[in-house]
Amino acid sequence: MATFFGEVLSVYSRAVEEDEEELEENEEDEQIRRELEEKRTVHLHWNPEVSELLRAGNKVQCSSFILAVGHNAASFLSAYILASANWDTVGRAVAWNERSRSGTGPSGEGSACVFYRHKDEPAVLICHVTCHIAEDQLFQWTEKVFGYLQTRGLTVTVLSDSSVADYKTADYMCSSSTPFLRSLRSSAFSDQPVCPSLEQPNIITGLPAAVLNHCQVHSIAAVVYQCYSDVTGPDSITMDKYKPVLTKLGRSIQVDSSRSTDGLCNFVCISEIQSNLYI
Amino acid sequence: MFISSQDSPAAFKDFTLVMPAVAVGNVGQLAVDLIVSTLNMSRVGYFHTDCLIPMAGNNPYASGKEDAEELHTPAEGVQIQRSLVIMRSKKFRQQLKSWIKASGFSRTVVLSSSHAYQRDDQQLQGTSLRYLMTPSLLAASADALKELGWREMERIPAFPGVDADAEPRLCIPGGGITKGLYTDGCAEDLPLAVLLLFCSEGDNIPDAFALVNHLNDWLHLEEPSSKWKIPTSWSLLFGSGIPPALF
Repeated sequence: MATFFGEVLSVYSRAVEEDEEELEENEEDEQIRRELEEKRTVHLHWNPEVSELLRAGNKVQCSSFILAVGHNAASFLSAYILASANWDTVGRAVAWNERSRSGTGPSGEGSACVFYRHKDEPAVLICHVTCHIAEDQLFQWTEKVFGYLQTRGLTVTVLSDSSVADYKTADYMCSSSTPFLRSLRSSAFSDQPVCPSLEQPNIITGLPAAVLNHCQVHSIAAVVYQCYSDVTGPDSITMDKYKPVLTKLGRSIQVDSSRSTDGLCNFVCISEIQSNLYI
Repeated sequence: MFISSQDSPAAFKDFTLVMPAVAVGNVGQLAVDLIVSTLNMSRVGYFHTDCLIPMAGNNPYASGKEDAEELHTPAEGVQIQRSLVIMRSKKFRQQLKSWIKASGFSRTVVLSSSHAYQRDDQQLQGTSLRYLMTPSLLAASADALKELGWREMERIPAFPGVDADAEPRLCIPGGGITKGLYTDGCAEDLPLAVLLLFCSEGDNIPDAFALVNHLNDWLHLEEPSSKWKIPTSWSLLFGSGIPPALF
């Protein structure tokens, strides 16, 4: 389906086929299915220090977990927070699926899902996710990651990129009103978000939704900041839209608010060849 | 799978469970929306499972500004908003079945739908509403069914007109896990009913009203003369406002 902006989006039919006949699987089919399930299992690889801690039956101390989903969200965190060089890479998550890029091996080399921990404030964890986590892997990813974290007193902040084509509103939105930020929070989140709440009938999906669901069900304070943009790729103006979140993140970690919008251009990657159709 | 949202564990013994199956036109889900919205029901818990695709949004049944910002998840006591993860429907059915048995519901009613275009000749005539009941519930509801004059879902040959000797069987095309839930209910002696209607994809709001009124004839959830309250989540079902530049 093509949107007004010319993007081609995949849409799902609401039609649901009957649970077919529960097709009798032969042994070969079952083995293929098992191997595929194993290949799609989410694996977490930690550095030796964290691995040692976990092996001893402890959990990773964490008071603030910041998750960036999407290139603009990840680049924003890189520019304003990770650029201070006070961060160690402590782990990576590997979730192979049909959209994984070649070069992402089973042990995580080339992984686009990296965990960073602050050197001076070890209870602050950041995770960049710039790869696709498939629908059947979302729950697993979330349960595994949160399974390693100590969750008492934990606050989770999620920055997430989204297309404005997915935003429903009665009044047509012209391009001058994008990008914009909307928030969604768990019941345990008592602070005030930095932007308006996401209006019904809009919903969030994917990894931000999986994380928020987990936090809601387990009474963990969490907020998702979803940035709706009309640009599909990395874009400095979209990245800049996350700036108000710094006022909240700056309470637990040092942020570099002096960086200008022009400076963000250094973090914008060159568009991939397959998306040059509308250049 | 079920996690209570209250301080104490939820107790459902002898309750009636009304739940939707994700099926063609999402009619069951729309019907449950009407029930939850009209009866102003509160959330009692969550189905937290890897079988459902995650989603989150603010309160779809908000009546005002005060309750608009309450977070809701894919499946909560008992509205199921999201599709099942492909290849996990059997697991989900098993989880549901175990939960239903453990909770001690007096009866379970599954609201569902089926593809109208796959009806056979006899199904094309008369009402598009059908029911199914497991033997244990049929025994208790025989009189009510007789009075209501409902039509049971027909068993039809797998390939009508092709194999005249084939055994007629239950088919609910487009019904998602409906048939599986019903056959599990029969096998495990659960008091379970299915209410479904034949429909096509499109504007399924009238179908939702038809199904919920049909259910109401039996369960008397609301006065027949009362109106069902449409939830706020039904706004913009067919997309955003039209860009003026289009014209």
